[in-house]
Amino acid sequence: MTFELFIFYLLATIASLSGLMMITVKDPVKAALWLVLAFISTAGVWITAQAEFLGLVLILVYVGAVMVLFLFVVMMLDINLAILKEGFTKYLPIGGMVIISISAMMYLVLGPDNFGLDVTGEPVLHPADYSNTKAIGLELYTVHAYAFILAAVLLLLGIVAAITLALRRRSTGEVRYQNIDKQVKTQASERFKMVKMKSVVEEPIKLKEKPEEEDEK
Amino acid sequence: MIALSDYLIFGAILFIISMAGIFLNRKNVIVLLMAIELLLLAVNTNLVAFSHFHNDVTGQIFVFFILTVAAAEAAIGLAIIVLVFRKRKSINVDDLGTLKG
Repeated sequence: MTFELFIFYLLATIASLSGLMMITVKDPVKAALWLVLAFISTAGVWITAQAEFLGLVLILVYVGAVMVLFLFVVMMLDINLAILKEGFTKYLPIGGMVIISISAMMYLVLGPDNFGLDVTGEPVLHPADYSNTKAIGLELYTVHAYAFILAAVLLLLGIVAAITLALRRRSTGEVRYQNIDKQVKTQASERFKMVKMKSVVEEPIKLKEKPEEEDEK
Repeated sequence: MIALSDYLIFGAILFIISMAGIFLNRKNVIVLLMAIELLLLAVNTNLVAFSHFHNDVTGQIFVFFILTVAAAEAAIGLAIIVLVFRKRKSINVDDLGTLKG
């Protein structure tokens, strides 16, 4: 077994086990943390497939943004953990059956008989000065430029939708907005007021007489 | 040398695990959303592997777009969960049957 293969199997095992832990663990916070581990090790697997840019983007975008968002929401909700796992054993037999049959079929299709090294041939290995980011950038900004702009619009739509959904209207119907004009025109005198008052001195706390008794003994 | 079948089977394992998560966690919407994220990751792994073996960067661009869509989907999904929790004080899937689907 070469070193490369060893790294691949190590990362793949970590990713699969943490995926399993994610679906079996009870606490959603722990599930999110296991998912983070799965993402990081999968990023390593992608880097073994010479997709360095996407591996790093996976860590930055997924672990750095999406999973933090998940953790944020999980901790914001006050969830009753006891009832969340009630159906687990109830659905286990049918779930297990479906999963075993699907994995058997997938192995038959995707196994070494159809996609082994002798069938597909060896991949092209790029030299050390090859830039994966540059190759993606060249393709993305020329051939797929319209799709790139559409993706930007999609993200904008996501922002607008999320804000519209989560915007809280009070029972009086009033929504609180920033009044930017008012904020810009504000003066220091409106925010900070000097008040003259007499100094307040606290009475020194009288110690109980216990220490003195100890001295006498 | 890592074979293409290794990558594909790894993707299949991740896919099956997350599908099992959707089957088994019928109570917690947040874990369902996380399982969907893992599902997309499995698909992306397949695309990266094929892109590597075909020596064609287009597969990685597809992954890029899928990541974009998944990020937007997670943000909107979580916003909906927050909204549902605010109304119902629960994220149990069984409590969310108003649409009778």
